[in-house]
Amino acid sequence: MTDKAENLAAQNPAKEKLIQRYSAAERINHWVVAVCFVLLAISGLAFFYPAFFWLTGVFGTPELARIVHPFVGVVMFVAFGRQFFRYWHHNLLNREDIRWMVAVREVMKGNEVGDIGRYNGGQKAMFWMMVLCMAALLGSGVIAWRPYFAASFPIPVIRIALLVHATSAVVLISSIIVHVYAALWVQGTIRAMVEGVVTHGWAKKHHPRWYRETTGRKV
Amino acid sequence: MTSSSLDIQRRSASPTAAAEARNPAEIAQLIDVSACIGCKACQVACSEWNELRADIGTCVGVYDNPTDLSSQAWTVMRFAEVEENGKLEWLIRKDGCMHCAEPGCLKACPSPGAIVQHKNGIVDYNQDQCIGCGYCVSGCPFNVPRLSPKDGKAYKCNMCSDRVAVGLEPACVKTCPTGAIQFGSKEDMKEVAATRIADLQSRGFQHAGLYDPPGVGGTHTMYVLHHADKPEQYSGLPNDPSISTAVGLWKGALKPLATVGIAAAGLFGFFHYITVGPNRADDDAHQDANDDAKVGTREEDRS
Repeated sequence: MTDKAENLAAQNPAKEKLIQRYSAAERINHWVVAVCFVLLAISGLAFFYPAFFWLTGVFGTPELARIVHPFVGVVMFVAFGRQFFRYWHHNLLNREDIRWMVAVREVMKGNEVGDIGRYNGGQKAMFWMMVLCMAALLGSGVIAWRPYFAASFPIPVIRIALLVHATSAVVLISSIIVHVYAALWVQGTIRAMVEGVVTHGWAKKHHPRWYRETTGRKV
Repeated sequence: MTSSSLDIQRRSASPTAAAEARNPAEIAQLIDVSACIGCKACQVACSEWNELRADIGTCVGVYDNPTDLSSQAWTVMRFAEVEENGKLEWLIRKDGCMHCAEPGCLKACPSPGAIVQHKNGIVDYNQDQCIGCGYCVSGCPFNVPRLSPKDGKAYKCNMCSDRVAVGLEPACVKTCPTGAIQFGSKEDMKEVAATRIADLQSRGFQHAGLYDPPGVGGTHTMYVLHHADKPEQYSGLPNDPSISTAVGLWKGALKPLATVGIAAAGLFGFFHYITVGPNRADDDAHQDANDDAKVGTREEDRS
């Protein structure tokens, strides 16, 4: 058992059988990114779909939404950058992940496949997809950012940036829907990012190798 | 934007029809480049009528002044020295909004009603609705709209829509001392242009022609060019302009694709949950507390 989990057990006997998955700092980091994402998706969809333009009202006025959007984007990128350096080494693909990906239909039925470590193939793919989208969004967003940066770029470059920005945003939004759904579907996962802990059963079922490494127990 | 909302053809970021009950004739401004003497009276008239005052600039060694369009300069004369047939030609073009039939700025604009196209062909900006994103700048094939450094909103020539609405010609047309700028129905302006082009051709300008580019559906500012085969010579007037592919994809194909993608992700989740059901680690909350060494039934299946 980890030190953190032992601390938890000491504070609260009911949590004795819990495993620490995310520290408080990691959880705060995650939710900063999440809140930024929601704000960006609301304003971004409003600019993308005329029928959703009313969503700019969330920011007070449409012009305020336009002004605030890129600043929130920078906050998200910085916060996500912190996450990138926390997690990239946990997200390198291995053979078990390929097995997981090939058998994803079985996984979708609720039957785990492979000796999964801290993250499974789907989570790793999601991680790298987010990294790609975030990088594309930041780069294209800066190019299109008025009045500060756009004037320094040729108009044909800005046009491509706008296309890339919208496309990567759509990909990210779709991915986040999958990310959120996966967290809801696999019961006990939300708790990892809210309270920071998971049960032994959760860890054994979904991340057996991580469970053995963390607890030193055999499954 | 002083004319009534009843004669609008298109409205930015508005998927449904604009109020278009009235049917005014299509108008056009015809700029005969071959008759322009570069006096800039049109620039002055524009700034007078529209109450615009560009900052006093400095001489940069050419006649262009101001050197570029801005929120305070909706039309500028552009002077180009070009060698044609062994002779130096001084090509002077009054630059400003072309009032495209298919405006790239309007297509790009995300703010409902910030850009409208009147039925008479005038493309007009409503700064009250403008959010300062600059998408119009990227959407325009002619590099015309400019954001104001003061209020961040987009400005450009509105062909004096306030004057046209009450039956007057634009201020630049009224003031032009050589008749190089004319105004009337688009039909009539094409006729005037044809006469003028025939005259230029008879005088040795065999490539004289009308600039009314079909790539943007035609324009409501048209030029008579003595070298219509080389519009780029006139300070970069684009040859065969159209809305760029990137803007076309962004405002076109991407939207249905995005809708399908986002909806598919959401619907997949919903139907997966109500068919397969949640993925539980087998009553771990109770079982584990009693016997954390015991492996759930599904675990056994797996191994």
